[in-house]
Amino acid sequence: MQTTEKTIADELREWEQRTLLPFTERRPESREVFRTQGGAALERVYTPAHVEDVDFTRDIGFPGQFPYTRGPYPTMYRAQPWTMRQIAGFGTADDTNERFRFLIAQGQTGISTDFDMPTLMGYDSDDERSEGEVGREGVAIDSVDDMLDLYAGIDLEKISVSMTINPSAWILLAMYLVTAEERGFDRKKLSGTIQNDIIKEYIAQKEWVYPPRPAMRLVRDSITYSAEHLPRYNPVNVSGYHAREAGSTAIQEVAFTLAAGIAYVEEVVKAGIDVDDFAPRLSFFFVSQIDFLEEVAKFRAARRVWGRVMKDRFGAKKPESMRLRFHCQTAGVSCTAREPLNNIARTAIEALAAVCGGAQSLHTNGYDEALSIPSEPAMKIALRTQQILADEVGVIGTIDPLGGSYAIERLTTDIEKGCFDYFAEVDKRGGTIKCIEDNFFQMELADAAYDLHRRKEAGERHIVTVTKYRDESANPHVELHHVDEAASGRQLARLRKTKETRDAAAVQAALDEIVRVAKTDENIMPATIAAVKARATGGEIIKALRPVFGTYVETPVF
Amino acid sequence: MPIKVLVAKPGLDGHDRGAKIVARALRDAGMEVVYTGLHQTPEMIVNAAIQEDVDVVGVSILSGAHMTIFPKIMTMLSEREVDDIAVVGGGVIQEDDIPKLKAIGVREIFNAEASTQDLIDGIERIVAETGRDRTRRASTGSAQGAPAR
Repeated sequence: MQTTEKTIADELREWEQRTLLPFTERRPESREVFRTQGGAALERVYTPAHVEDVDFTRDIGFPGQFPYTRGPYPTMYRAQPWTMRQIAGFGTADDTNERFRFLIAQGQTGISTDFDMPTLMGYDSDDERSEGEVGREGVAIDSVDDMLDLYAGIDLEKISVSMTINPSAWILLAMYLVTAEERGFDRKKLSGTIQNDIIKEYIAQKEWVYPPRPAMRLVRDSITYSAEHLPRYNPVNVSGYHAREAGSTAIQEVAFTLAAGIAYVEEVVKAGIDVDDFAPRLSFFFVSQIDFLEEVAKFRAARRVWGRVMKDRFGAKKPESMRLRFHCQTAGVSCTAREPLNNIARTAIEALAAVCGGAQSLHTNGYDEALSIPSEPAMKIALRTQQILADEVGVIGTIDPLGGSYAIERLTTDIEKGCFDYFAEVDKRGGTIKCIEDNFFQMELADAAYDLHRRKEAGERHIVTVTKYRDESANPHVELHHVDEAASGRQLARLRKTKETRDAAAVQAALDEIVRVAKTDENIMPATIAAVKARATGGEIIKALRPVFGTYVETPVF
Repeated sequence: MPIKVLVAKPGLDGHDRGAKIVARALRDAGMEVVYTGLHQTPEMIVNAAIQEDVDVVGVSILSGAHMTIFPKIMTMLSEREVDDIAVVGGGVIQEDDIPKLKAIGVREIFNAEASTQDLIDGIERIVAETGRDRTRRASTGSAQGAPAR
């Protein structure tokens, strides 16, 4: 960056001798090393001498241009702010639909759907494994009848809809397409995202049904189907959020996520699809944690690394294949149950990091995140936080506002290097899927989580009101989301009605056809769409395929 | 004999960060720890507790299903006549539910703020109170048990 690096390095040493040393002799610093949340030691002050290896044109450059460090688009928020996408899901489809309409009325510009644990794990609401969990952590969706009610009254050609679902994602995608068709929407105009990132499930979130290899085929089929039929839809949202929430470092969050991205690209390319025919629709999802500087650097590094991977490793030609777009959520794990209104401040800072890091869409957590699923007032303040950032703070006026900061550029480059080191290790160990089967990522993550926990307990990182400034007398009561105990009964009644009114023979024939297709290498999406249309439930499809695909059993490590 | 603990993850959710940190911390404190892995039913947990002959079962729940899961575990332990095995819990458990859980025999709930040392001290205290005879147990010599299935 500078041609006078020697001089600056000399000046730095002189400053340390003349100014710093006498000062610290009188007033020593409060600790010997200051570390980022990821554990990287920070320099006292960064100078051009710390970024000698960073080249403006090669490494930083311009927004909307390779290597996309500064952003995927040349105008970023000057054209339009990020999509404000608060996630919602609880009870039955009707309950959640009401919350969606509330959020849209408050100015939300996208929808994001949280499903309950049975739906996420591929069990119907009437399965015995579902007891106590129906509609509790998200909305219960058993059949397309539920999905029709979930998005009732919402214009699916105008509002982009995100669905957080993984092992059964291809079934929910089929339900979404049947919903759109039965309501008369044009598939080609559907915009939205399905998480569908099975790799991070084995690593971090732990929602699985089948073993990794058949699960990868299902992801592949949904990507290839989408590439052909859904030009505005993101068929996979490769996610680092969960690894980080499970205790990974910032480097691991990006490295594991992009290692998953590499595995998906390899899988689809292997099926004979040109990389530029689907890579533009790959999307990503990261957390925004509380360590502001490290987070801004992380988002920038993620874009740069992915740009280089797509160009150098896969030979992508289209710029759209190389530009990483991501959704962001503030860190649930950073929220405390104690004095919960303080979480509004934490969330605002995390949201600012996401915006300074160039996120395409954002969910801000409610202040009650550590206590329950969010209440309506908590979601409203969370959404208002984003609106304040977009309309009052002024950071949307200039792109990548922290680019060029010596500290940010150093951290960005270090995270980039950490990622490529991990990719080399993963390749050496036989690739991403082999590493999952061998528990490599899982052990790396467990080590990092334990290390962070110990550093917290040792007082290196404080949590206000929990490890510092604890005030036993002040834990103000906040009104929480009320769990509707009757919701599960209502859902069971809905499911019974669907089962009673459908053509049972047609459902069985459709399930038989999915099983037949599953045993071949044909794309499984058309048969799944047909089954969903016949009102087969998610749980029935999952169960029918277990004998073909098997069931994943983890080897727990800690 | 060291205190033997089964760290158990019932329910369908995958929130295992806390369970794994607890398992490792208890192991570092010299206890013998078996971790069940995820998605266990109450029956699988009770079977594992009996099979591994543990002193304490630590149940980690963040899904909100604790008022369904704990009663089932407590009833099964009692039916199988092993109610000398102490049950403790952790995760996201709302304050109002803690007295209800204690009323059915759950010895302690360690919330997210509990430190590793609180946990170790708590488990040692509870085991001392139950006075379970640990000498009868043959040492397995393994600190990291197989998944309970």
